Amino acid sequence: MIRFILARLVKAVVILLAILIFNFLLIHAAPGDPAAVMAGEAGATDEKFIADLRARFGLDQPFGVQLWLYVKSTVQLDLGFSYRQNMPVIDLIWDRLPATLLLTLTAFVIALVLGVTAGVLAASKQGTWWDSIISSMALLFYATPLFWVALMASLLFSVVLGWLPGYGYETIGANYTGFERALDIGKHLILPATTLGLFFMAVYMRMTRASMLEMSRLDFVKTARAKGLKNRVIQRRHVLRNALLPVITLAGLQAGQIVGGAVLTETVFAWPGIGRLLFEAISQRDYSVMLGVFFVSAAMVLLFNLITDVLYVLVDPRIRLT
Amino acid sequence: MRRTLTFTTATAIALALSLPAFAEPQAGGRLNLIIQPEPPSLMMGLVQNGPTQMVAGDIYESLLRYDENLEPQPSLAKSWEVSEDGLTYTFTLQDNVKWHDGEDFDSSDVVFSVDVFLRETHPRLRASLVHVEKIEAPDPSTVVFTLKQPFGPFLGIFEAGTMPMIPQHIYEGTDFANNPMNNTPIGTGPFKFEEWERGSYIHLVKNEDYYMEGKPYLDEVYYQVVPDGASRAVAYETGQVDVLPGGSVENFDVPRITAMDNTCVTDKGWEFFGPHSWMWMNNHEGPMADKNTRKAVMHSLDRQFALDALWNGLGKLATGPVSSSTRFHDSDTPSIDYDPELAKQYLADSSYDGETIRLLPLPYGETWQRWAEATRQNLIETGFDVELVATDVAGWNQRVGEWDFDLAFTYLYQYGDPALGVSRTYVESNIAKGSPWNNVAGYVNPEVDALWQQAAVSASAEERQELYSQIQDTIVDDVPVAWLLELGFPTIYRCNVKDLVTTGIGINDGLRDAWIER
Repeated sequence: MIRFILARLVKAVVILLAILIFNFLLIHAAPGDPAAVMAGEAGATDEKFIADLRARFGLDQPFGVQLWLYVKSTVQLDLGFSYRQNMPVIDLIWDRLPATLLLTLTAFVIALVLGVTAGVLAASKQGTWWDSIISSMALLFYATPLFWVALMASLLFSVVLGWLPGYGYETIGANYTGFERALDIGKHLILPATTLGLFFMAVYMRMTRASMLEMSRLDFVKTARAKGLKNRVIQRRHVLRNALLPVITLAGLQAGQIVGGAVLTETVFAWPGIGRLLFEAISQRDYSVMLGVFFVSAAMVLLFNLITDVLYVLVDPRIRLT
Repeated sequence: MRRTLTFTTATAIALALSLPAFAEPQAGGRLNLIIQPEPPSLMMGLVQNGPTQMVAGDIYESLLRYDENLEPQPSLAKSWEVSEDGLTYTFTLQDNVKWHDGEDFDSSDVVFSVDVFLRETHPRLRASLVHVEKIEAPDPSTVVFTLKQPFGPFLGIFEAGTMPMIPQHIYEGTDFANNPMNNTPIGTGPFKFEEWERGSYIHLVKNEDYYMEGKPYLDEVYYQVVPDGASRAVAYETGQVDVLPGGSVENFDVPRITAMDNTCVTDKGWEFFGPHSWMWMNNHEGPMADKNTRKAVMHSLDRQFALDALWNGLGKLATGPVSSSTRFHDSDTPSIDYDPELAKQYLADSSYDGETIRLLPLPYGETWQRWAEATRQNLIETGFDVELVATDVAGWNQRVGEWDFDLAFTYLYQYGDPALGVSRTYVESNIAKGSPWNNVAGYVNPEVDALWQQAAVSASAEERQELYSQIQDTIVDDVPVAWLLELGFPTIYRCNVKDLVTTGIGINDGLRDAWIER
């Protein structure tokens, strides 16, 4: 097992390096650079101003030198400095990480628990009105644009009903502490986490349902039935366990993206997470922040893929360590 | 149409309600405002964009402020004198002014700010400082600016966005851009920096040692960062913010929000900036190099429709390059009105032969996108073939700076005087690739260039008016760009917030006078 993990780690490092270089090239291919954006925002500029900015951003160096400096510092786990925000990139990401983890993990748990439960229910009641209702709801949540659901949820629960705060991470200036603060953040979390969770719930639900139905038709289930096992036992011990494999794959892929944040949800709900940090960095061409967030989320995707592979082996003994 | 009328009525009532309050100001309370987008920094000497100035305008001050008629008012200078030859400007500073860290503010801070710090970092001020021979501090409360030759608009450059006072004791001898104090700005203003929770809010608190007795009235101010326009409307509707500064919400949301109880709206507080919108026309090459094609474009534009339908009737139709709130504006210029028949005639006389015109909308939200769509429709009706080119802000900057367009929406501030904010768009010496804010259109007229130069250094207001009128006449006839609207940005606020906008610089001038009626 350790050899398997080590081999996978080496592979991950090579992939990560390739991603680093690819990201760098991709970002620099986009029109505009941070100096031009900052000069543009100032509403007035002259050659000295642009030249000073470009020197500060390191954009006056040859492209190859910029790439080499970037790879060198990233390999040393130095994600660079955002001259736009006047802060080290790692501090910016670290500041936003708790809010992002809280939102995405809560949404992830909501999606996984509700999605798998609804999927099992729909599969076990295949063809009934239960199945129709659950499947239709899932389709609706999946097909409706996330930002629209977010806006409507905010309008209904915040403006019309006044039950929940419509945006933000906590009540600004309230200075709550301890349990009161947790409760306050919890209230602010409900709308964004549910909105984000519902979208992914639909994906898990459909996958669990399809996978369960496929498994139910296989011979080993017939055998179990012939042995006289109760349907509940067959569903739980044989069908569900096997049906969960593709769900784990998907969950593993999505878990990796948790650190990357949720751009749309964070933007609509003014949630101060990494998704928004990235979104703003892209529009301002803040290269070091963009590359930093890409690097961290790529690393997380690779890590979670590795964890998924290990989980696979634990869930399904037929899979060998190769 | 009905919506516009309803809004206009509401606006009239609210504008009436927003007249200066005569009640005794009440101290205390907290004001919540939207700030959009989040400023990159609050160090006003280094960053001059709108959001930075809005927040940092509470922290930093300059020697003067300007009322809505652009007349100078005391700020850190309590009085000033201009010599008869227009070459010497002597300022006497307020007494007992302290920096937020307790150090005394005096004339050496002024000399350091202007002559050392801002000369190094502030491109817009740098352009005016070429006229300055020397800056001296003969005693702690006096500053003397001596000019090389008269510079007409000189008294107009002393506002906080152009010339913020920077503490010498913190910055002297340091690397300005990387000074760690940039993240905890120290000014002399009515509010002190307290906390910045990036992505959420900026918190300022009352400066208890402010030199004006009793001011500011507010205890604290929160600038809330809400990145989505619809959510900013929600923030106001749910009572979480009290003020939506101009441009915070999409224009189509404005009538709905202003119909709410206890809600006032004003378009005051932009006179100093005079935001003026136009479409760049690429005079360098392509179809717009032909004056007849440009005239065809100009007369195709139904600007009244844009004003009524997209801008809720706020603002005015531009008559030429100089905004009506800017000094030396002259409305008696050749007509640039909507006239589809005349437009077709000009098009027929032009060299345009059906090539596709690339039109860049300004990527600042839905209003600008819709405006570009309406414009495209106007141009198609005249006989142009037009495609909209989608960009984001960085892409727009690059395409405009590299002259990679035929038509491109934009708007710029005029800073109260043609020599400060208008001539830069039209003089030949300001043609250079790489910036979207110079003479991007590529307009060349040596005769007009000479007039600009003459008008800037004239000490006589009458002579300046004559020269600027001549300039406006010629430029309007040449139509190097297609002027659109003098933009009206509505500031929406609870009616019990008083004296929110008291100068021609508006909320950007700080909340020194604002108070909450209870």
